[in-house]
Amino acid sequence: MSNIIEIKDLSFAYHGRNVLEDIDLSIEAGSFLGLVGPNGSGKSTLIKCLLGLVTPERGEVRLFGERLSRFHKWEDIGFVSQKANSFNSGFPATVFEVVSMGLYGKVGLFRFLTKKHKEKVREAIRQVEMEAFMHENIGQLSGGQQQRVFIARALVSEPKLLILDEPTVGVDAKSVKRFYTMLKDLNRNKGITLVLVTHDIGAMTEYVTDVACLNKHLHFHGDTKEYEEQEDDMMSRMYGHDVQIITHNHEHHDDHAHDGGHSS
Amino acid sequence: MISVFFQYDFLKYALYTGLMVGFLAPFLGVFLVVRRLSLIADALSHITLSGIAFSLLLGRYYGFFAGLNPIYMGAAFSVGGALMIERLRTVYVYYKELAIPIILSAGIGIGVVFISLANGFNNDLFNYLFGSVVAVTKSDFHLIIGITIVVTLLLVLFYKELFFLSFDEDQAVISGIPRRFLHVLFIIMVALVIAASMRVVGILLVSSLMTLPVAAAMRLARGFKQMFVYAVVFGELSVIVGLISAFHLDLAPGGTIVIINVIILLVVVLLTRKRV
Ligand SMILES: Nc1ncnc2c1ncn2[C@@H]1O[C@H](COP(=O)(O)OP(=O)(O)O)[C@@H](O)[C@H]1O
Ligand SMILES: [Mg+2]
Repeated sequence: MSNIIEIKDLSFAYHGRNVLEDIDLSIEAGSFLGLVGPNGSGKSTLIKCLLGLVTPERGEVRLFGERLSRFHKWEDIGFVSQKANSFNSGFPATVFEVVSMGLYGKVGLFRFLTKKHKEKVREAIRQVEMEAFMHENIGQLSGGQQQRVFIARALVSEPKLLILDEPTVGVDAKSVKRFYTMLKDLNRNKGITLVLVTHDIGAMTEYVTDVACLNKHLHFHGDTKEYEEQEDDMMSRMYGHDVQIITHNHEHHDDHAHDGGHSS
Repeated sequence: MISVFFQYDFLKYALYTGLMVGFLAPFLGVFLVVRRLSLIADALSHITLSGIAFSLLLGRYYGFFAGLNPIYMGAAFSVGGALMIERLRTVYVYYKELAIPIILSAGIGIGVVFISLANGFNNDLFNYLFGSVVAVTKSDFHLIIGITIVVTLLLVLFYKELFFLSFDEDQAVISGIPRRFLHVLFIIMVALVIAASMRVVGILLVSSLMTLPVAAAMRLARGFKQMFVYAVVFGELSVIVGLISAFHLDLAPGGTIVIINVIILLVVVLLTRKRV
């Protein structure tokens, strides 16, 4: 299978402080990658490098086989930023208007949305089951609902790759499960390649096909099965010995909570 | 009451100009307010003041400037100030709002120096500060028509890009929207509209016509498009009622227009009290 994302020997620094070092990572078309790592490990920064929002010190990024500087088909990429859930919640825009934005790049300058585009917008809103709120202001929705709206915005241009940066922060556990199920469905049935960034390792392993562990360096990249075999080792390498127990316990609690919910 | 405005040419100019300004200022104001940049209007109106004062001063010494409508110099200063704000915002990346007080105080400082050099206040200057019903000239009227056409066209053409940038800048950039270009274009539009509005509302009160109708609209609007509808309706209402009462009561229209706006805002706030 071909690689949708190829990162070679990438390093990035904020004001001379290295945040990412020697990252090599390839993501295959059709996979569902969970990119995990503790807070401040550089996950969002890596995504920003991928999208060309910041420029790395060193290294190369290729999207769909094309060098980043020459890549133009941005409508093939859907992105829900970490900031998406801390947007200005008083902003007067309806769900319909927010989702429409997902088509603006595709429509292009000096052009307006056609009837067909608007139908696509409604379709994307239905896909995330938010049609009842189509003409409500986005600020009036709950965190989980807002998140679904942002997914719809990312989906409306029918991207081949969807990148989600910590989409479940501030969303209750039950909605998280439903949300992950929806993502899995997009991946399996619509063939969309997914990158899900999260610091919540436990919850996502039963949905993703691959896992990458990041903490400045890329500590691991492989399929979910490999990951589960090496999980303990991975934790201590990534989080360090001191915090291992605390972190691990915390993860375990989460795990059980989710398992419980699942089996009952 | 309004019929008197059609009897005299100079009143007609004031009314038509007011109607254009009542549309443009709140329309642009919507973008300013949602981007939390409403203070930029204040900064730019003060830099416009220094441009006007400079033109009036030059007019004392050079015939050419005596004949030139000071609005041109005001608009030029305003656009220059706008570009400087954009520049400063990239210098103070983490304190972007600092650009505003810097330009605002520079505007007053320079303006005051020019005014003193020109030997203090005169009637002209008073009109520029607080607006005037009778001082709007044919030449003002023509310039403002030009500004209205250009700005309206640009707003229609770039509506969706400006909306996207205001809501979510990162995402807008990723989808290929030219951020720098639009920021500069937008702030130049603000500068032009301020120069245009100043004749009727006055420099000191321009920013209120850009923000107060929007503040009221925000309480009522569902969605972004409705914001424009409400803001422009309130803006026009305040300009029409403000101009008429200013004429009949012999007051500066800047003051009456702002008072009408405040009244509208209070009514809207009271009516929507129970909403979040
Ligand atoms: N704009 C910025 N300027 C300076 N340092 C930053 C900036 N953004 C992030 N950092 C730092 O870079 C590191 C990685 O951040 P980030 O990529 O956001 O981590 P994660 O998404 O994994 O939580 C952190 O130490 C953070 O403090
Ligand atoms: Mg992050």
